[in-house]
Amino acid sequence: MDSKQKRALIARRIAQELSDGDVVNLGIGLPTMVSNFIPPGVNITLQSENGFVGLGPTPAPGEEDPCLVNAGGQPVTILPGGAFFDSAESFAIIRGGHVDVTVLGALEVDAEGNLANWMVPGKMVPGMGGAMDLVVGAKRVIVATLHVTKDGEPKLLKKCRLPLTAAAEVDLVVTDMGVFEIKDGQMIIVEKNPEFTIEEIQVATEAELVVSPQLRDMDVSGL
Amino acid sequence: MPKIMSQKEVIGLVKDGSSVMIGGFMTCGTPCGLVEELAGSGAKDLTIICNDTGLMGDGIGMLISTDAVQHLIASHIGTNPETGQKMIDGKIQVELVPQGTLAERIRCAGAGLGGVLTPTGVGTVVAEGKEEIHVDGRTYLLEKPLHADFALIKAWKADRKGNLIYRKSARNFNPLMAMAADCVIAEVEEIVEVGEIGPDEVVTPGIFISYLTRRSN
Repeated sequence: MDSKQKRALIARRIAQELSDGDVVNLGIGLPTMVSNFIPPGVNITLQSENGFVGLGPTPAPGEEDPCLVNAGGQPVTILPGGAFFDSAESFAIIRGGHVDVTVLGALEVDAEGNLANWMVPGKMVPGMGGAMDLVVGAKRVIVATLHVTKDGEPKLLKKCRLPLTAAAEVDLVVTDMGVFEIKDGQMIIVEKNPEFTIEEIQVATEAELVVSPQLRDMDVSGL
Repeated sequence: MPKIMSQKEVIGLVKDGSSVMIGGFMTCGTPCGLVEELAGSGAKDLTIICNDTGLMGDGIGMLISTDAVQHLIASHIGTNPETGQKMIDGKIQVELVPQGTLAERIRCAGAGLGGVLTPTGVGTVVAEGKEEIHVDGRTYLLEKPLHADFALIKAWKADRKGNLIYRKSARNFNPLMAMAADCVIAEVEEIVEVGEIGPDEVVTPGIFISYLTRRSN
């Protein structure tokens, strides 16, 4: 599976987690791709933490409005029925539990549900932006990440080593190797990419995996 | 009633060493005319409170390039590598604040509150040195208000009483900062007569605004 297929697999699988009527915040990059795979019949409202709900697709070339950008500063559109608000209201929505699901990337995630995705000591620090509020405030936190780093190192750890974004808030991790539930300090593999054995996935994972009795294969068709 | 002034005149009020809040998110809703004027004024040792430092040389990035900033309080600096470099070189002292906490700290100052209790940052480096308060079994950080000498904000339209409306996602931090500074300077695209913006439409009441200005060019 090439990198493009892996990312599509992750985004498509996470889209299956969304329910009709959900208010959802998608992080920049891979999490944004989730919106390309929303199942038919499921209508969700996307929240953009810079101040609106009803986030729509990228505008056609020439139709960009400098006053309408997403949380990455890129031109976007707003759908009919959307609404603008200020940053305090935006984060009241986030912290107040009015966002059903947030999807974010990870540098590291661990079996206790800790997430590190905002800084690497000794490197240029970008800042946490809205990530800390989103992970603490959203009802359900889903991590979208490739299973290992560029150097092949595990990202699913026993305990995060990098500075945390939030402690014990992650509910589900979806990678190109499988789907992992975080529950009571355990990382439970509930679905696996059929290209790999459980042993191969465990070798690429530092956290000790618990295999769900209902383990299934991920759908990898048509990527 | 706010005074209508040129950008050059109004920026002349900002002295070296002042604390200045600046609205906007990645240059969207940033009062770029005022920022450009401030960067060009040779101002020094400013404390800047903003969401992010824009792009290199653009938006609030202009103030980073001219070394006008001594202390920066922001949630994100990753889109402007010059800020990160000057932070590493020790030229700018940077305090990173989670975006929702930044918004609430500014709102607190404007609302006369002594702080806000937020679960954001508990168990992270953000909690270091802060008081933890337990309410009904949950842990919160006490985050204190952020007030400034000046707020530079951007709105779409103002009437002559300073009542403001914003355009789309350019609203962001602007209405909060309008309440949290001694002197509030609003850069607007259009100044209309009183009555042309209906009371139901007003987002920021004019009582908060000290000066109105339009971008000079």
